[in-house]
Amino acid sequence: MPESAATFRRLFGTFGALIALLVITAAASALPSGWWSTPLSLLIATAKAALIFTIFMRLSGQPALVRIFAVVGLFWLAIMLTLTAADYFTRFWPG
Amino acid sequence: MSAPATPLPEAYADARQRDVANHLGMWAFLATEILFFGGLFLAYFIYRSTYPAAFAAGSRTLNFWRGTLNTAVLLGSSLTMALGDAYIKQGRRRPLQFCLAATAVLGSVFLAVKASEYQEMYAKHLLPGRGFEPGAAPGLQLFVLLYFTMTGLHAFHMLVGLGLMVWLLRQNQRGRFTAAQHAPIEMFGLYWHFVDCVWVFLYPLLYLIPR
Repeated sequence: MPESAATFRRLFGTFGALIALLVITAAASALPSGWWSTPLSLLIATAKAALIFTIFMRLSGQPALVRIFAVVGLFWLAIMLTLTAADYFTRFWPG
Repeated sequence: MSAPATPLPEAYADARQRDVANHLGMWAFLATEILFFGGLFLAYFIYRSTYPAAFAAGSRTLNFWRGTLNTAVLLGSSLTMALGDAYIKQGRRRPLQFCLAATAVLGSVFLAVKASEYQEMYAKHLLPGRGFEPGAAPGLQLFVLLYFTMTGLHAFHMLVGLGLMVWLLRQNQRGRFTAAQHAPIEMFGLYWHFVDCVWVFLYPLLYLIPR
């Protein structure tokens, strides 16, 4: 079954990519840190989550409606984070 | 002997429509989970920006290798879960049983490492409350409180997952899953991978705060 062989290759390949990203985050944390350290580690975490969502959770094979449902949760989360941050980072300005 | 296959419920025109409905319902549930954990991430970001030094100090009390090892273990458990799902799609029950067992073992390793970390925090007087490390910087207790709440809620999800896994192992042993009928495996997989995703974000935010 060549198709299923491709499926298994894809799963192992995804796992390999996830471990590679983990090694990059872990190694980057040993470098001298800067303002970019946390954004970089979050960016790598987002890449990992995107791989898990699309391959392991098989969003790539789903119709648009299912994919919208998956993104909508993140969208609401973004609204919550953005509006709260907008409040916290402007409320205490002097003057 | 395998159990007789349940017929397709009348509500669906075909199996594909049933599968899409399953995924849709599961993702609606996962959206509530994203916001459930999201509230904690929000609290984390607010207090980290308020007490950056205390959060960096708090992060240093955690063992880097424990967190990194646990991330690898959890990613591995996602792989075994995804493999099990691929096997049952071919109707292969024995490899599925093996994959489910491997996923359960890896999940248990994660929780054991987590428990040893909790134990160490306790020994270091880093349990939030009255006996908390006297003279600690303000904000350190907040970091530790968030650490326990976030990892605790995550660990609780894993415990639920392990409980469901026992049920799936028994169902599979009785031959309840076939290439055409294996929705519980697929839906449980979505849950397990999601819990993995949460940890993927907890790892850098708790263990890798730069000094």
